[in-house]
Amino acid sequence: MSEQAADQLPIIIAHDVHKWFGDFQALKGITMEVHKGEVVVIFGPSGSGKSTFIRTLNRLEEHHQGQIIVDGIELSHDVRNIEKIRMETGMVFQQFNLFPHLTVLSNVTLAPIWVRKWKKQDAEELAMQILERVGIPEQAHKYPGQLSGGQQQRVAIARALAMQPKIMLFDEPTSALDPEMIKEVLDVMIELAQSGMTMVVVTHEMGFARGVADRMYFFDDGLIVESGTPHDIFNNPQEDRTKLFLSQIIKQ
Amino acid sequence: MTTVTESPKIMRPPEPPGFKTWVRKNLFNSWFNGLLTIVLLVLIVWAVYSLVRWIFTAADWEPVLKFPILYLVGQYPRGQLWRVGLVLSIYSLLIGFSWRKWGGVMRVLVLTYAGFFVVLAFWPANIPILTTGIRAALLANLGIIAIGYLLSGFSKITPRLILISWLFSLFLSLILLRGTSFLGLLDIVPTNLWGGLFVTLFLAIGGITLSFPFGVMLALGRRSSLPIIRVICTIFIETIRGVPLISILFLFSLILPLFLPTGIRLDRLIRALFGMTIFSAAYTAENVRGGLAAVPYGQTEAAKALGHSNFQIIALIVLPQALRAVIPPIVGQFISLFKDTTLASGVAVLELLAVGRSVLNSEPAYIGLQMEVYGFIAVVFWILSYMMSHASRRLESVLGVGER
Ligand SMILES: Nc1ncnc2c1ncn2[C@@H]1O[C@H](COP(=O)(O)OP(=O)(O)OP(=O)(O)O)[C@@H](O)[C@H]1O
Ligand SMILES: [Mg+2]
Repeated sequence: MSEQAADQLPIIIAHDVHKWFGDFQALKGITMEVHKGEVVVIFGPSGSGKSTFIRTLNRLEEHHQGQIIVDGIELSHDVRNIEKIRMETGMVFQQFNLFPHLTVLSNVTLAPIWVRKWKKQDAEELAMQILERVGIPEQAHKYPGQLSGGQQQRVAIARALAMQPKIMLFDEPTSALDPEMIKEVLDVMIELAQSGMTMVVVTHEMGFARGVADRMYFFDDGLIVESGTPHDIFNNPQEDRTKLFLSQIIKQ
Repeated sequence: MTTVTESPKIMRPPEPPGFKTWVRKNLFNSWFNGLLTIVLLVLIVWAVYSLVRWIFTAADWEPVLKFPILYLVGQYPRGQLWRVGLVLSIYSLLIGFSWRKWGGVMRVLVLTYAGFFVVLAFWPANIPILTTGIRAALLANLGIIAIGYLLSGFSKITPRLILISWLFSLFLSLILLRGTSFLGLLDIVPTNLWGGLFVTLFLAIGGITLSFPFGVMLALGRRSSLPIIRVICTIFIETIRGVPLISILFLFSLILPLFLPTGIRLDRLIRALFGMTIFSAAYTAENVRGGLAAVPYGQTEAAKALGHSNFQIIALIVLPQALRAVIPPIVGQFISLFKDTTLASGVAVLELLAVGRSVLNSEPAYIGLQMEVYGFIAVVFWILSYMMSHASRRLESVLGVGER
């Protein structure tokens, strides 16, 4: 396979992914491809399986049927594959999930030091660069509990970026934030998208989607109901369910 | 354009009320409370007065004053006491080191330790062993503490180095005190000659340092995803917690030897230490389990997403948070372990309380002097327990940095 052909292969391939919680089926056959450098936005009503799906991509949830291939590595029970994929994907959570007993700097350097086995000094240098990039280098020696929500979420982004991932997964990164802090986090994400990062983002921030998404997926009831460019989705939605949902969230 | 506006008047918090106001508001705010205050005051004054009068006039302190060394080390050969002195001065140095590094946490410990030397150096009775030279040597330990304090100003002496030195010294002091047959360097002092506060502290410190890691492992085992480990740990914890400590001590001291292959004899003191350790480990495990449950699952998920191994997740992220949350109950557990060492007298281990009993039985003249002897022992236990709980409170507030 030539280098070019490899580049053209999607970096994330999900094919007919099914997932059950006990008897309850949360994913009913999700198929999605994401190419390198693309930004895709997933949206849809509560309980539609958005979180469940994005979490199968780094195997925080296990899928039961179908196929998921990330950067050429198939996700299976093989622990080494899971480790590899987790090193290449960063994840940002709704609730930040920072480590409260460590300073901001230690939060950001912990994985590079212990997982990538970098020297402490190198890891700290890189961490400071990344904290600069997300705009909070002066908070490096504080503890997460001393920061505002927006600052915490930016630390969480920095922590994921410090592993130098190829893919970033975001699960409703601004939903737990007060309105005045949403922008500072979105700005960081927009900068990241423009720098060419591959991103899968679960969000209802339609301004963000319109601005930087290459494609949008509307989830309902464990299925992809509709997908398309932001232009198609906002101006010309095909499905009634999409129209209804969009009208609801845009009214808010 | 600049305008000069009068700066707003700076508001001060209201002055705290004076003593008179405080008394009126808290002690005499109704006729009933006023009466209660007066009655209680009279009771307290009367109790303190009778206690002080008893201590200085009625009490006969001879069974306490005459045997300081017995209370300290039991029948430890008097010719070998220099070893105890050596160990004490090693600890003095380390306490000096630690004092500078962890001032708040160590303060009461330093005071207690220094107070011990002062009390013994000025022991108000004529004891043949406590010569002027020995008393001076005891006081010299205050100097050693100070030297340690000054030395640890050097940056070479890091907190980690101090911790390692402590662990190493605990081990070294065991060899020093027990002796070693290696090259015939130090005579062996069999543990049946050990006694008094020394044995109490041996059981307490040994029990704490062994039961803590053991208890943490049990707690982790109880949450293990492997059913066999989970079941074994659960049964172990629940069985131990369902049995009184004294029966575990009996079990270890009387029944265990029957099961050991002939030729292997476990020392009586070591058997008691094992019993205390597994008893305390089971309770520690339950405390730690509570702490583990209090760490949100999101922490584990975030760590997984970063690629941390299961071991790293436990060691770097979950355990540090869990342990911090359970410092108070664990220290409480250690304090009760410390007091429970007295139960070891039931299996013929001569700890502090047993020494007190044997002193009382040693002379007909001491019959009826239980108040003095047991009161003295209670005060010793109280000082050491208070020291622990004070250090734990300080530790909590030091470690609470940055928490919501
Ligand atoms: N661990 C679990 N056990 C059982 N059911 C679960 C579990 N996690 C999710 N579910 C169920 O699966 C469905 C999809 O959940 P998911 O969290 O993926 O929804 P979502 O689209 O992210 O919704 P939200 O917008 O509320 O975050 C829901 O009905 C949820 O109740
Ligand atoms: Mg969700």
